[in-house]
Amino acid sequence: MPWTRRHLIAIEELSRAEIEQIHLTTAAFRKILQRSVKKVPALRGKTIVNLFFEPSTRTRIAFEMAAKRLSADVISFDAARSSTTKGETLRDTAQNIQALNADMIVLRHSAAGSPLYLSRLLDIPVINAGDGAHEHPTQALLDTFTMKEHLGSLEGRKVVILGDVLFSRVARSNIWALTKLKADVTLVGPSTLVPHWFTDLGVQVSHDLKSALADAEVIMLLRIQHERQTSSHFPSLNEYTSMFGLNKTRASWLNPKAIIMHPGPINRGVEIDSDLADSHRSVILEQVHNGIAVRMAALYLCAGGQPEAVLSTA
Amino acid sequence: MASIWIKNARVIDPAAKRDARGDLCLADGRIVDGFSAAQKKAARQLDARGLVACPGLVDIHVHLREPGQTHKETIQTGTAAAAAGGFTTVVCMPNTSPVADNAGTIEYIHNAIEHDAVVHVYPTGCITVGQQGGQLAPTGTLKRAGVVAITDDGRCVQNNELMRRAAEYAKMFDLPIMDHCQDEALTQDAVMNEGVMSTRLGLRGWPHAAEDIIVSRNVILSTYTGGHIHLQHITSKYAVDLIRRAKGRGVRVTAEATPHHLALTEAALAGYDPNFKMNPPLRTEEDRRALVEGLRDGTIDCVATDHAPHTDYEKDKEFDYAPFGIIGLETALPVVLDVLHRRAKFSLPDVLALLTHRPAALLRLPAGTLAAGAPADVTLFDPDKEWKYDAKAGFSKSSNSPWHGQTLAGRVKTTIVAGRVVFDGTKIVD
Repeated sequence: MPWTRRHLIAIEELSRAEIEQIHLTTAAFRKILQRSVKKVPALRGKTIVNLFFEPSTRTRIAFEMAAKRLSADVISFDAARSSTTKGETLRDTAQNIQALNADMIVLRHSAAGSPLYLSRLLDIPVINAGDGAHEHPTQALLDTFTMKEHLGSLEGRKVVILGDVLFSRVARSNIWALTKLKADVTLVGPSTLVPHWFTDLGVQVSHDLKSALADAEVIMLLRIQHERQTSSHFPSLNEYTSMFGLNKTRASWLNPKAIIMHPGPINRGVEIDSDLADSHRSVILEQVHNGIAVRMAALYLCAGGQPEAVLSTA
Repeated sequence: MASIWIKNARVIDPAAKRDARGDLCLADGRIVDGFSAAQKKAARQLDARGLVACPGLVDIHVHLREPGQTHKETIQTGTAAAAAGGFTTVVCMPNTSPVADNAGTIEYIHNAIEHDAVVHVYPTGCITVGQQGGQLAPTGTLKRAGVVAITDDGRCVQNNELMRRAAEYAKMFDLPIMDHCQDEALTQDAVMNEGVMSTRLGLRGWPHAAEDIIVSRNVILSTYTGGHIHLQHITSKYAVDLIRRAKGRGVRVTAEATPHHLALTEAALAGYDPNFKMNPPLRTEEDRRALVEGLRDGTIDCVATDHAPHTDYEKDKEFDYAPFGIIGLETALPVVLDVLHRRAKFSLPDVLALLTHRPAALLRLPAGTLAAGAPADVTLFDPDKEWKYDAKAGFSKSSNSPWHGQTLAGRVKTTIVAGRVVFDGTKIVD
């Protein structure tokens, strides 16, 4: 089946087959990344602009490295030092970047829906690198890729997403990806951060850590996002940690082979004990590593590449 | 002023329970019982075969943006949009720049109305100074300057003590308070209805509880003070129920619903189009149905547009950053005919009551009837005529409409204000 999408906006709109195509392409790129010469000429002559209106370490570096490994020219845009501080709108900024002959835009923005908005406005592909509390598709693609490496097929696998789900785009993208891959997903956290409406997306919601963690094969922790909370969603970080933080005792409730995931950045000692984050069960740095190959796949496919072409060279 | 003889119309005057084929005679700016042979000869004849003739429509909730926001709308363009939509009387909100919290600004607005208005305009004044919710604006002075109600529309008075005093004080002047029912603490940074859809879209949710709480507060304060509190743009089914029960006990509250909350739901937000971003937000299908039933049983008194113009460059941006509100004057009639008449099976007179004598009675405006002696404000429309709405070619200065590009059924053919044709079906007539 050929890849037909020009934009990568949301996992919600992808089919299971499309997710699997990206995973296949990711695997092929990861093989290439293990060679001594890690660069391929796939996007030579193309210019990719990383438009980042929110702070980012991992995602931005991974997208930059991915573009460079594909031989594209990459320009990273720091909103704090751009004309947006002079009041230029996203619309004008993006149209100017297109007029400067960019071939693709990678957008990180605090407003949900802004990648969709840009994709309707511009003729060039738009890749969503995180929009508000909506979606972060490449994160979910790398998370599910990492899970599959450890568990094989995700069908029927018990995955727990624990933490600040309400404000999390990572959670939303993973909910869509995991349910499309037929995993058994439970969201856990304080009732103020895991509202019951999430059950409408095909997952379970629980506020009882012990029963939710029982036999889970994957626990994905989310960062408590102080910066997005306008009012008090829970009494204090201390109380959060004492009620929902992952510590050794709670980790023992998991399936013995369970992996611990976190999209980063980690608040050590808040959502997870520092030791656990560094333990053999933690795949947090593997996630970061897989982030490069996933973004190579996303950029490559949306630029018009086909999975078969990479598979044959890898 | 030439007299006008409207012939062969289906004349609907809900106030007089009149619905019959016939003629309508206008002379000296008034409705008259009939014409003599000589008068008929002298009168301008309008053949209204196939058309409905009804009292000019009344909208008690519009934003004309003058003074201070004339890049969005002016009294001239806003009232032209009103005329094109069949409205002959509008009530404008005071959240202009500066806000209308003093007699001087009301005087300015009256002058602009005198010079530029195409239809009748009645201004409102603020409840509080600067709409800041801290201190009462000079209500008596505003009344003397000619306001028909006070409101902090766009904001809601959060301080219950102040709202209590406002209700008590305004009652002395027999001046209704129109309240925009929104608990601000519950809606910080909120942009759409809270629920499954906001969860999916990752947008900050606006619980209906924010409206329900203020509606309850207002019911309680109206009961306590005896003051008339009008509840603007109701959207929540719980609020409808609260109002129904309050009215059952004789509490002096009244309420309005907008065409967009009657026609649309939060489902329309799937594409993050800011033309579906309004305050209060679009709710669920259940809420929408409750509004329709509220209008059917009289719980909600009337339809009002909350016509809220914003320019393209303000509205066309990231959903979170776009301002709230849509224009509505030019689409209200066809939208309401579709929802209430064609779909919910209200009779045509019942629909027109919600747009004529009922809103007029609420603020005691001299409008909304075709009785002999009434002002000759008349709208002629074809209830079934289909047309494609091009918001950019409309009469409002702004084009922020969710109905842009859609085919609507029901088209205004002639709008007559004080015995003079001001809109002829295609253009404003000077």
